[in-house]
Amino acid sequence: MLLTDAFANGESLRRYCLENDIPIYEAMIRREVKLSEQTREEIVAEMHKNLDVMRASVERGLNSKVESVSGLSGGEALKLFKYGKHNPFSGYTACRAAASSMAVVEVNASMGRIVAAPTAGASGILAGALIESGRQRGWSDDTLVEGLFTAGAIGLIFAKNATISGAGGGCQAETGVAASMTAAALVEVSGGAPVQALDAAAMAMKNVMGLICDPVAGLVECPCIKRNALGAVNAMLCADMALAGITSLIPFDEVVSAMYAVGKDIRVEYRETARGGLATTPTGKAVAQRVKRLQGNE
Amino acid sequence: MEDFSVFDIIGPRMTGPSSSHTAGAVRLSHIARKIAGEDVAEAAFTLYGSFAETGKGHGTDKALVAGALGMDPDDPRIKEAFDVAREQGIPVSVEFSDQPPKHPNTARIVITGSDGHVTDVLGESVGGGNILITEINGLDVEFSGEYPTLVIQHDDKPGVIAEVSHVLAQLNVNIAFMRVFRHGKGEDAYMTIETDQPVTQEMQAMILRLCSGINKLFAV
Repeated sequence: MLLTDAFANGESLRRYCLENDIPIYEAMIRREVKLSEQTREEIVAEMHKNLDVMRASVERGLNSKVESVSGLSGGEALKLFKYGKHNPFSGYTACRAAASSMAVVEVNASMGRIVAAPTAGASGILAGALIESGRQRGWSDDTLVEGLFTAGAIGLIFAKNATISGAGGGCQAETGVAASMTAAALVEVSGGAPVQALDAAAMAMKNVMGLICDPVAGLVECPCIKRNALGAVNAMLCADMALAGITSLIPFDEVVSAMYAVGKDIRVEYRETARGGLATTPTGKAVAQRVKRLQGNE
Repeated sequence: MEDFSVFDIIGPRMTGPSSSHTAGAVRLSHIARKIAGEDVAEAAFTLYGSFAETGKGHGTDKALVAGALGMDPDDPRIKEAFDVAREQGIPVSVEFSDQPPKHPNTARIVITGSDGHVTDVLGESVGGGNILITEINGLDVEFSGEYPTLVIQHDDKPGVIAEVSHVLAQLNVNIAFMRVFRHGKGEDAYMTIETDQPVTQEMQAMILRLCSGINKLFAV
């Protein structure tokens, strides 16, 4: 198996990793070195910069009440974070990861700095779940960066064989893919094998397949922020399942194909156009009118 | 985009909220600034389609102003772009149009230089922060800004294209994509050349010196 062919799909990636006895993140780093003609150190340093911005966005959203440009969102990450200290139903870890994920997307909506992963609208899931898990388990930054490369590999396969945009495939293509990426990263960083990482990725996508993109007023706020919270918990649950030895009946590559086919079947009203779903509820429409009136001001 | 980099997936680092409506808008306007030779005394923006519909909530207006001021998509000051323009004494105006555009995320950027020269650029934000410049001063063009790009305004006469490509070959710069456009036979013409290697300022000066019939050259 050649490195250039390793990222054709999940199966080729699994085989490449097996033949070379390396984890997915190592294959991802090697491919990037080859493709970019940069050194390994430069590439790893670049990913550390992404980690730094991710962490800063989590901290900003958890430590202060950020407010979106439209005025529709902000401060809910902080609320959940505070509440989560007192025996939440979803558990301390999941609740904090969810709050961290929301924090990033709130910062995004306030025109703050984030790292798209794979998109801005789904930027909270990987950052929130990985950084919070790392904080609780004492993972080093180098380890977290390895997780980011694993996540990148899964996202890359979705991008090549399906879509990673809400306009192309609905919310499943954004928060669904982000959850898949994150689930795989958590598995590898915890010592799971590539095959387990792929199973975790498959399960996370299966859990939200068909999810539409119906942003109220066309903005990356409602329902995006809370769907990032769900994505983080989805990823953690699927990582736990894979590490427990649970496998996905439908293999990862078939899940990717199915997700793409479903994405194309999702009507255009439900693909980021704000012409259906929550966006066209009476409240959704009223909010859109209110936001539109902002246009005249400044 | 078959050969995605891992940083296309984990990245870009950007100022939110939207890769198309914010980051893409910054890039569009920043490229317009470069086409105007980095000389911006005044700037006017018109937003069309989805840019006009949801641009305010996405900060598209601020993003366009920021790009014209030379900011990049991850600049933390994008949010305060109007204030920065005021501080720099650059008048800016934004109009939300209800005219239907070809692409839903379209903006017209009109930059007036300190000598009164006007640069009029039309562009589209095509998704994921990627963009397409489709018009310069009324002339249809097409380039993405993904690669180092030379935009050359030249006389429409035989030999100009050959001379420019010859000089680039001598400089060991490989041409990835090249397109030529003109108003009409023998009139004003443009070529856009997307290259694999950056074209340095020295190289640009060399092209201007060695090639006849070039009126203007911008590197984007």
